[in-house]
Amino acid sequence: MIEINAISKAFDNVQAVKEVSLQVDEGELFGFIGPDGAGKTTLFRMLNSLIVPDAGSISLFGLDPVKQYKKVRQIIGYMPGKFSLYTDLSIEENLSFFATVFGTTIEENYHLIEDIYKQIEPFKKRLAGQLSGGMKQKLALSCALIHKPKLLLLDEPTTGVDAVSRREFWDMLKALKSKGITIVVSTPYMDEASLCDRVALMQNGKVHAVEKPQVIVDQFMGNIFAVKSNNNYKSLLQLRTWEHCKNVYPFGESLHYLDHRSKVSEKEIENFLLEKELAEVEVALVTPDIEDCFIAFTQTETD
Amino acid sequence: MNRFIAFVKKEFLHIFRDYRTMMILFIMPIAQILIFGFAITTEIQNASIAILDKSKDEVTRELTQKLLASGYFSADQYLSSESEIESAFKQGRAKMVIVYESNFGNNYEKIGASNIQLICDASDPNTARILSQYAEGIFASYNRTNQAIGIIPEVRMFYNENLDGFYMSIPGIMAMILMLVSAMMTSISITREKEFGSMEVLLISPLRPLQIILGKVTPYILMAVINTISILALGYWVFGVPVKGSLALLLFECILFTILALSLGILISTVAKNQMVAMFVSMFALMLPVILLSGFIFPIDNMPVILQWISNIIPPKWFIIIVKTIMLKGGGLEYIWKETLILIAFIVVFVGLSVKKFNIRLQD
Repeated sequence: MIEINAISKAFDNVQAVKEVSLQVDEGELFGFIGPDGAGKTTLFRMLNSLIVPDAGSISLFGLDPVKQYKKVRQIIGYMPGKFSLYTDLSIEENLSFFATVFGTTIEENYHLIEDIYKQIEPFKKRLAGQLSGGMKQKLALSCALIHKPKLLLLDEPTTGVDAVSRREFWDMLKALKSKGITIVVSTPYMDEASLCDRVALMQNGKVHAVEKPQVIVDQFMGNIFAVKSNNNYKSLLQLRTWEHCKNVYPFGESLHYLDHRSKVSEKEIENFLLEKELAEVEVALVTPDIEDCFIAFTQTETD
Repeated sequence: MNRFIAFVKKEFLHIFRDYRTMMILFIMPIAQILIFGFAITTEIQNASIAILDKSKDEVTRELTQKLLASGYFSADQYLSSESEIESAFKQGRAKMVIVYESNFGNNYEKIGASNIQLICDASDPNTARILSQYAEGIFASYNRTNQAIGIIPEVRMFYNENLDGFYMSIPGIMAMILMLVSAMMTSISITREKEFGSMEVLLISPLRPLQIILGKVTPYILMAVINTISILALGYWVFGVPVKGSLALLLFECILFTILALSLGILISTVAKNQMVAMFVSMFALMLPVILLSGFIFPIDNMPVILQWISNIIPPKWFIIIVKTIMLKGGGLEYIWKETLILIAFIVVFVGLSVKKFNIRLQD
């Protein structure tokens, strides 16, 4: 089990992580969701012992990353956000290097990485620098797994990877989870949140909610309307000036609009926009997803 | 141990797969020694000289004959008055003018001393000094064979009276190349790991800092040994520089100096954030002092006292002394044990500092 107790970290004048406390259970797939600069990487580096927190304490399966960093480094597999293998070594050379460094061999733990590694094995003589984003990521994951870690720390593993590879990657994580490995992952993509057992929403170094993705969505207060028109930008500006507007933001091809009033009909919103000389207006009630929740959280944060 | 071997293997792969690294490691030293050796050669042949013979007697003819027969000089023109000296230089042909005083032969035979003036074009100080030395040597040997008290050559350097020249030698180049290969390459290869983020993964691994450092350094020690041997071989076969002392001792001192340079490289890499910084620090903090303050080019004795003090903390200074003693003077360890100890002391300090500064974490 991972226990994080009120940890904080500041760099020069930037408070990267502010009093974060949470728990991750053994065997859980836990996600940190937040935009760039939310403090996810700093938090990960405190977990993997590369950075010492200014305040607070961490316990990884009973080990303290500050004092027992040597032991901690043996039980974790870490995949940094930046591709950090050797681009001038081949797939096979990279993997066997990390295997040897961690005091094991590819054969010994092949069963752990088999599902992932066999996808890139046909190219094992190719230099890592010449791989596609998805293949690099599979190689990095194989290297992080080769020493059979108890805890897998993945810092934005899907950033810069295509949609299909992302999907595959999450499937791999689920498979690893079923092998009993605790996985902590961070991502800036909201849609990946629903794939985690539990998520923590992070913004400006703070954690806002630690819940199952569904619970976060369920807790969302108020109705969200998807608004479309012939000129979305103009509708956005108009809705912002409306006295009832709580929040409005672009969301894919439409706008998501929240009203202050508890009861408001689609017709009212439509009429408002038609009055403002907009055409082809479509308003529909939608169920909020994690992104809406995140925007709501950050909104209350800045207010 | 397996870990260490795997690490060294990886380092070798890095070196062999990067043709630029290979160039710096193997082509550059050879190119440098050839360029330095040929461009700044101390051998001068057939330098044009002008002769102003005011005496025109037996002795002056014989002396002129001896000068020209040496192969160093060739007579470009014979002058008839002092006013022509300047134009002989200005035309750019004559490198040196030899002036015999009037009644040269008479004075030489009767008083036993006569005056000769060597006027050199010191806009090229190196050549000027060498030419005057050659000429003086020839006059001195003439003196000896004739048992006379002597011709007293009076040397005057034109255009650059102080002779701010430099002389170069194999020891200096060796110091420079070993410093470059070892310090710069290691500092760059360590900072590259930082820059590419792989250091993050290495730190997380069970590798100890000392293992990482030794693993980084080992390939470069081998490279440096290969370079040392190729420099010595080139020096011997191409430029005829002999190794008078023990070759084994020389190699040992070179390895010692390499280790010193490597430890310096590691120290730089603990401070530098990226490859660019590492390279600039290596270039400016190491190369310039090596070139300017080690006695490689400018004699330390001629420096201001403060710079002389500073030169003591420039490791190549001691290495150059060692190499000169072994190679050129043929001295054994009994002559250079002090300098060797100084090198070892430098190594201890640098290695100690870098292991201490080598961070087990990403922050200070």
